[in-house]
Amino acid sequence: MLTIKNLHARAEGKGILRGVDLEIRKGEVHALMGPNGSGKSTLAQVLAGRDVYEVSQGEVLYDGRNLLEMTPEERAHAGLFMAFQYPVEIPGVSNLYFLRSALNSLRKARGQPELDAMDFLHIAKQKAREFGLDESLLKRSVNQGFSGGEKKRNEVYQMAVLEPRLAILDETDSGLDIDALKIVANGVNALRHPDRAILLITHYQRVLNYVTPDYVHVLYNGRIARSGDKNLALHLEEQGYAWVEGQAPERPQVAGS
Amino acid sequence: MATTATRHDLFLSHFARQRPQFPGGGQAWLDRLRQEAIERFAEAGFPTTRLENWKFTNVLPLTRTAFQPAAPKLDGLTREKLGRLPLGRLDAARLVFVNGRFAAELSSFEGLPKGARVGSLAAALEEGNARLEEHLGRYAAYQPPDRAFVALNTAFLNDGAFLEIPQGALLEKPIHLVFVSVSEAQPVFSQPRNLILVGAGAQVALLETYLGLGDGPYFTNAVTEIVAAENTIVDHYKFQLESEDAFHVATLQARQARDARFTSHNVSLGGRLVRNDVNVVLDGEGSESALNGLFVARGRQHVDNHTLADHAKPHCTSHELYQGVLDGSAAGVFNGAIIVRANAQKTDAIQHNKNLLLSEGATINTKPQLEIFADDVRCTHGATVGQLDPDALFYLRSRGLPYPAARNLLIRGFAQTILERMKVEALRVELEELLFARLSGSQRFGEGR
Repeated sequence: MLTIKNLHARAEGKGILRGVDLEIRKGEVHALMGPNGSGKSTLAQVLAGRDVYEVSQGEVLYDGRNLLEMTPEERAHAGLFMAFQYPVEIPGVSNLYFLRSALNSLRKARGQPELDAMDFLHIAKQKAREFGLDESLLKRSVNQGFSGGEKKRNEVYQMAVLEPRLAILDETDSGLDIDALKIVANGVNALRHPDRAILLITHYQRVLNYVTPDYVHVLYNGRIARSGDKNLALHLEEQGYAWVEGQAPERPQVAGS
Repeated sequence: MATTATRHDLFLSHFARQRPQFPGGGQAWLDRLRQEAIERFAEAGFPTTRLENWKFTNVLPLTRTAFQPAAPKLDGLTREKLGRLPLGRLDAARLVFVNGRFAAELSSFEGLPKGARVGSLAAALEEGNARLEEHLGRYAAYQPPDRAFVALNTAFLNDGAFLEIPQGALLEKPIHLVFVSVSEAQPVFSQPRNLILVGAGAQVALLETYLGLGDGPYFTNAVTEIVAAENTIVDHYKFQLESEDAFHVATLQARQARDARFTSHNVSLGGRLVRNDVNVVLDGEGSESALNGLFVARGRQHVDNHTLADHAKPHCTSHELYQGVLDGSAAGVFNGAIIVRANAQKTDAIQHNKNLLLSEGATINTKPQLEIFADDVRCTHGATVGQLDPDALFYLRSRGLPYPAARNLLIRGFAQTILERMKVEALRVELEELLFARLSGSQRFGEGR
């Protein structure tokens, strides 16, 4: 579904990604770990189409299409979703209206009929119950005045409503108390599906107690330094990222590259 | 200067020619009012940018145009056609003015309380209504040189709405004053004049809309005086939806007695050159004003908003928020004056102006102007100028909204602060539609991607 080959990206002339290779197939859950500044969020933003990053080398194929040539909205239409590390506040636009506009944009792009306000409200309320979002947040302006936990839950909620094929969660677990973390993790588990892939970017091993990944990767210094199964995360928890530093190969070899 | 002087003369000669036909002529007070006003206009001429209050608004394009008086005709306008115009189906009592003249056949008076007087100013002038002598022209000052447009309107006193809301009346439906300019072969002007007297304890919502049908330039010069007696609640809405070839100059002058609450929602979407003056005098203890403004301009539109909250008595409150959205090469002006007179202790005055610039070529000049002569007051002001937040744009696009929709949603969010202050829901909903049709309707309103 997603193939990243030798991806180099930089912002303001500074290299942040220095040759990332990654292959994600449908049905899989990948955890991407790494210390601060390793390039995790940059990778997420580049995949979602943020234009402040300049891709200098490499390619990204999504269902065989050149992802890097697509606009952010085209990526969304094709089923890509990123849960933001820092969700943006949008004053004056209600969460409900925003999400209906988003869902209808996806439906329109896919040739499906748009939903009217009543039909959408029904779906929105049902998903809010399922995914632990306080219904009162639906009528409030997008993320405005939300607590940190509410913002993250709102991201997972949006993901649930928009039903992406490839979901990238950028440190959605950071800064959450254990109850909020469980709600977010349950949301991710509920969205696991044979046709859907999930890239879970995280700084901490803790979330992986609730979401069991098929693969774990360690991003270090702009490259995937290690790949393995869920045990890699446990090992990392014991040893710390310093362990990776000594182990980083010159040029990591990953299946498909 | 020669050009300006010529156009100034043009209006003087229009005055001389039209004077015999002005309604209510022969009443000494009215003849004197018109005479004084035309003399002030003759002395001052049209304002130039040398006047502080006109520094950023050059009216030369207006004064260069050879305007003729608009003919009193309906030009095929019917109730059906009117119903299709913006706000044409608003559930309200409706007074329609075409080219500045009252059109009884297009108006309706449902839902008005007993004892209310709602009708044409010209008719009231003709019948010699005593309330007019007492109030007309007493509030909207025409004497200072920078009030030449008010002087011009006052000299040409002719038609508009005269409303008298009786004491204690609670109006459930708004009163809608519709000013339509119909097309003419040559540029024409009309000068609506409204006088609105609200009796003690009454509650009323008023809407003025200004519209233009057809092509080519025309000039609307409107003055509205509102007298809000003790303990009244008056919500005033003005929607300026003139054609983009139009010149629109308007003054709203409100006087508030004790405990009167007055709200102005001043929305400006149309016009080529627009100047709005909104002046309130808080002339009784405990009175409160809310001044809300939304101006949206694109292309080469120029929109100037001057407001004045004059705190003449203690314990009064004025809260003001004006928001501008400027695209293309549009120019916006906001000048917010607050005067606190020496005895107006415990004044609470807040003023904000927020602006969104959507293009490199758009400009805004914003200025607060505080004159405070009392010592126990709270006055704050602030102005911001910003662009669309790129993070918010990306956030919306990453959820699937195409660039134009994402952009319009952010502009909508920006305008929402003003919209949600509008208590008449039907009005707010229709304004939202107008605004968003305008935002998405034209290529010129945004460069796309």
